[in-house]
Amino acid sequence: MAKKRVVSTTINGKSIELLCEPRQTLLEVLRDNLDLTGTKEGCSNGNCGACTVLMNGRPVVSCLVLAMEAEGASLETIEGVAQGGDLDPIQQAFLENAALQCGICTPGFIMSTKALLTENPNPTEQEARFYLAGNLCRCTGYDKIIRAVLDSAQRRQAALAAERQHS
Amino acid sequence: MRDFDYSAPTSVAEAVRLLNQSPGAGRPLAGGTDLIDQLRLGRHQPELVVDIKRIPELNVLELSSRGLRLGAAVPCSRIYSDAGIAQEYAALVDSARIIGGVQIQNRASVGGNLCNSGPAADSTPSLIALGARAVIAGPQGTREVPVEEFCTGPGKNVLHRGEVLVELRFPPRPANSGSHYRRFIPRNEMDIAVVSVGALVELDASGERIKSARIALGAVGPTPLFAREASSGLAGRSPTVETLTEAAQAAQAIATPIDDMRGTKEFRRHVTGVLVRRVLEECVQRARHPA
Repeated sequence: MAKKRVVSTTINGKSIELLCEPRQTLLEVLRDNLDLTGTKEGCSNGNCGACTVLMNGRPVVSCLVLAMEAEGASLETIEGVAQGGDLDPIQQAFLENAALQCGICTPGFIMSTKALLTENPNPTEQEARFYLAGNLCRCTGYDKIIRAVLDSAQRRQAALAAERQHS
Repeated sequence: MRDFDYSAPTSVAEAVRLLNQSPGAGRPLAGGTDLIDQLRLGRHQPELVVDIKRIPELNVLELSSRGLRLGAAVPCSRIYSDAGIAQEYAALVDSARIIGGVQIQNRASVGGNLCNSGPAADSTPSLIALGARAVIAGPQGTREVPVEEFCTGPGKNVLHRGEVLVELRFPPRPANSGSHYRRFIPRNEMDIAVVSVGALVELDASGERIKSARIALGAVGPTPLFAREASSGLAGRSPTVETLTEAAQAAQAIATPIDDMRGTKEFRRHVTGVLVRRVLEECVQRARHPA
C-alpha cells in the first residue's frame, strides 16, 4: 500500500494537518477522517454536486478531488457557513422558502449559491439556474430552491445596505 | 479506490522522469474530472498519479501578438474569465463554458479534455478550428502535433508512454475572422454532445468573401474530425446560404456516426448539416461584428 502522507490545508479558516492515503478523495477524508459529514456523497462521479465544497473560493465536487491535492489550499464546507450561532442569509432563505425536501442535496446547493452570490450578487433567474446546473435535486424541488437563491441575493443586498448605513 | 502513489512535481522534466520511472503505468492528473472517475471504475490502474498542476508551464495562459499559449492544466473557468481570450478565440470560450457545470469547469482543463480523447469532447473541435498545436514533452525532448492529428480513436491518442501534454499553441486570430462552437443536446446544459461543430471563418477586408475556413466535427466519428474539404471549399466564395449549405453537405459526407442512446446515425448526420450551417453563419456574424 502507498504510504500515508501528511497534507497541510485550511478548512473553514482553521489550519490543519491531515494524514491520508493518496487514493482517498477529498470527500472521503472530509467525512471519514474529519467527521465533517455535512458534505454529502451522492453519485461519487461528479454529476450530482451533493459533495460541493469551495476550494480557494471556487466550487468543486469533492468526490473528484484527491485529498492530496488540498495541500496548501483553502477549503470551505457547509460546516463553515453559519457564523457562530447565526445561520447565513442563504441558509435562512432556504429554510423560510422550504427549499428542501429530503435535504441530501442542500449542503451542495448552499455552497454553490454562496459562490454564485460572491461572483454575481444579483443574478437573474436564468443565471442562477445555469450556475446551479451542476447541483441535482432528486426530489426535483427546483422551483423553491431557485426562489430561495434569489431571496438570498436580496437578503444579502439588504444586509450590505444596512451595514453601509451604520458605518 | 485501488491503491496508487501520488506525486506533484514542479517541473516538466521531473514529471517526465516520474512518468517514465514508474514500474507500472504512471498517469498525469490535471483537473481529475475524467481521471479520478476512471480510477474509481478501474479503467486505469496506475502505480503512480503525477499531479501536473504545480508545474508553471502547464498553468500558462498568455495572450499576445504571437497568439495564445494555453497550459495543459489550465481549468475552463480561467479561460472564460479572460475577456481578451473571449474576444480573440470565441470558439474556445464557447466550449469552456459548456463543459459540465461550474464545479467541473473550475477543475477540468482543455488539455485534459484533449488527452482523454473522447469522440464527443467539447473543446477539441474548437482547438482544431482555431488551428491549435499540441506541445508534447517526453524523454526524447519536445514535439508538436496539430490537434487534428492528436486523437487516434476513442480514448486513444498519439501520446507515447511517459509523454505529457505541456500546452496548446494557437496562432493569432486572422483579421476579419470569427469562430464559434455549438453542440446539440436534448437538455439545456450538463450533457454530452450528440453532434458538435466548431469553426473559424476568415473574411476578406470587404466582409463579403470568405478567405479561409476551418470546420471541425465532434461525436460523429471515432475521433473529432477536421472537415478538410468542407473547409477549403469555402475559400473565395461569398458566404451565402447556398455556399454554407454546400459546406454543410461536404461535412456530412465525412461523418461516420454510430447509433446509440443519444441518437441514431441518420439523426446525427442530419444534425451535422444543420449545425455546420448555423455555426458558419455565426462565425460570419462574429467576423463582421466583433464583440
